[in-house]
Amino acid sequence: MQYSQKVMEHFLNPRNVGEIEDADGVGTCGNPICGDLMTFYINIEPKTDDLHMARIVDIRFKTFGCGAAIAVASMASEMAGGKTLFEVTELTRQDVADALDGLPPVKMHCSNLGVQAIQEAIKDYLQKIGRPDLAKTIQGCPKKSEHNNQ
Amino acid sequence: MIYLDYNATTPTDPRVLDAMLPYFQARFANPSSIHRAGHEARRAVEKAREKLAHLVVARVDEVYFTSGGTEADNIAVKGVAFAQNKRKKIITSAIEHHAVLTTCEYMTKFGFEVVKVPVDPHGIIDLNFLEDAVDDNTVIISIMHANNEVGTVEPITEISKIAHRHGIVFHTDAVQTVGKLPIDIESMGIDMLSLSGHKFCGPKGTGALIARTGIRFDPLSHGGHHEHNKRAGTENVPGIVGLGKACEIAMTEMAEEEKRIRLLRDKLWNGIREKIPDLILNGHPEKRLANTLGICVRYVEGESLLLHLDMHGICASSGSACTSGSLEPSHVLLAMGIPHETAHGSIRFSLGRYTEEAEILEVIRVFPKIVEKLRVISPLSKK
Ligand SMILES: Cc1ncc(COP(=O)(O)O)c(C=O)c1O
Ligand code: FES
Repeated sequence: MQYSQKVMEHFLNPRNVGEIEDADGVGTCGNPICGDLMTFYINIEPKTDDLHMARIVDIRFKTFGCGAAIAVASMASEMAGGKTLFEVTELTRQDVADALDGLPPVKMHCSNLGVQAIQEAIKDYLQKIGRPDLAKTIQGCPKKSEHNNQ
Repeated sequence: MIYLDYNATTPTDPRVLDAMLPYFQARFANPSSIHRAGHEARRAVEKAREKLAHLVVARVDEVYFTSGGTEADNIAVKGVAFAQNKRKKIITSAIEHHAVLTTCEYMTKFGFEVVKVPVDPHGIIDLNFLEDAVDDNTVIISIMHANNEVGTVEPITEISKIAHRHGIVFHTDAVQTVGKLPIDIESMGIDMLSLSGHKFCGPKGTGALIARTGIRFDPLSHGGHHEHNKRAGTENVPGIVGLGKACEIAMTEMAEEEKRIRLLRDKLWNGIREKIPDLILNGHPEKRLANTLGICVRYVEGESLLLHLDMHGICASSGSACTSGSLEPSHVLLAMGIPHETAHGSIRFSLGRYTEEAEILEVIRVFPKIVEKLRVISPLSKK
């Protein structure tokens, strides 16, 4: 198994590492028991429930996981930063994997986590501003059993 | 390159290579041939057999050359089980190498029951459990001499006593100990033993099964009369000569080498432990191979550690799930009761003949920085 240069570059110098105090949204996916855990923190401007208007203006993450997991989090944070919430909900793990010049097939289970954890943070934001109905329409993390089947 | 993965494999000692080279061209003959060139090759094979027998205190006719540890393990477990049809239970341990574990699992297809003896948190097998598990239905006990991941050395003499009280064959996978620790199959009560050349500076693809006189076992491969009808196929003459040379070197240098390596290993452990909090030593604190340092680095994942080390030219290995392509971390660490979350952060440094102090100092310098960097990223670290 060999990682692409892009993966190694993000793994060695991950962007946007850290936490945001009192973030507008926080989302966590994964499970340390499976060897991967990702938490994203996002700030949103303007703070509206219009998914086409609200943008991610700051994004930070923390990751426990393999080289791919760290690279995926870093790349996903770059791809989501500055985008509207609608645009972020359209991101797929394939987009992230492609941006990293591909991931080994055995690494697909952790490549999911990047986009999912950011979407989870968006759900958290929508809940906080009083739109749990909208939050439900966004995918976020899969159920635990699904994760184990991958 | 700083190579600290000797439990995975070792470089071939130049003296071993020199001994082997003539047998590829000048002395290439088949040991079974009747001409003088053949006799010469036969003499080389038998000379190697003597050296190997000497190293583990066996008789020369108790040595069967194989292609390595895996094949020796297969012949022992399958061979003994298939050579009889009364006993239907195989006892092994929860921390065996896959060469034994997968072989035992295969035997369930033929109606054999497999019992895995659990281990304590240090990786020592539970002798009381073993005592309760053995019965007149047990055909073989296969328990390793020392574990490859954590280095824990098992109480072989006690195990053999339990086996022999019930007329059970005792096999041990000694792939990680032959050439590193003194072995005397007679006084340790070992009926069968597997060894592998490439773990002690011999060539890859070489090894042997030692089987005491009187132990009945079926061969795996059928064909010519090689190795007393137990392992058909033209002998790997250069490999066997190299294995013999590796045994001869180990015989004279093992004791000194063990002392030197133990000092370096302990220096490494003390050096990184001083700088890195929340490290867990894997395996038994004393009853452990002198060259093996298995640790769990809490809050980080093993593959990330390996990748960073590799960027610094340092080779090590990990029992993390992410290096194996499965979601489960090492079965050895889990059997020792280490939580999943911690087992994912395992890393193994294994030292050997060519490890130098300067290399250890370099790892002590680099490794804490790597851990620090990954812990900053980790959501599990305490702030
Ligand atoms: C304990 C143990 N048994 C068996 C083997 C397999 O030996 P070989 O590589 O010679 O087949 C190894 C090495 O990978 C080992 O460490
Ligand atoms: S976190 Fe386990 S494979 Fe990526």
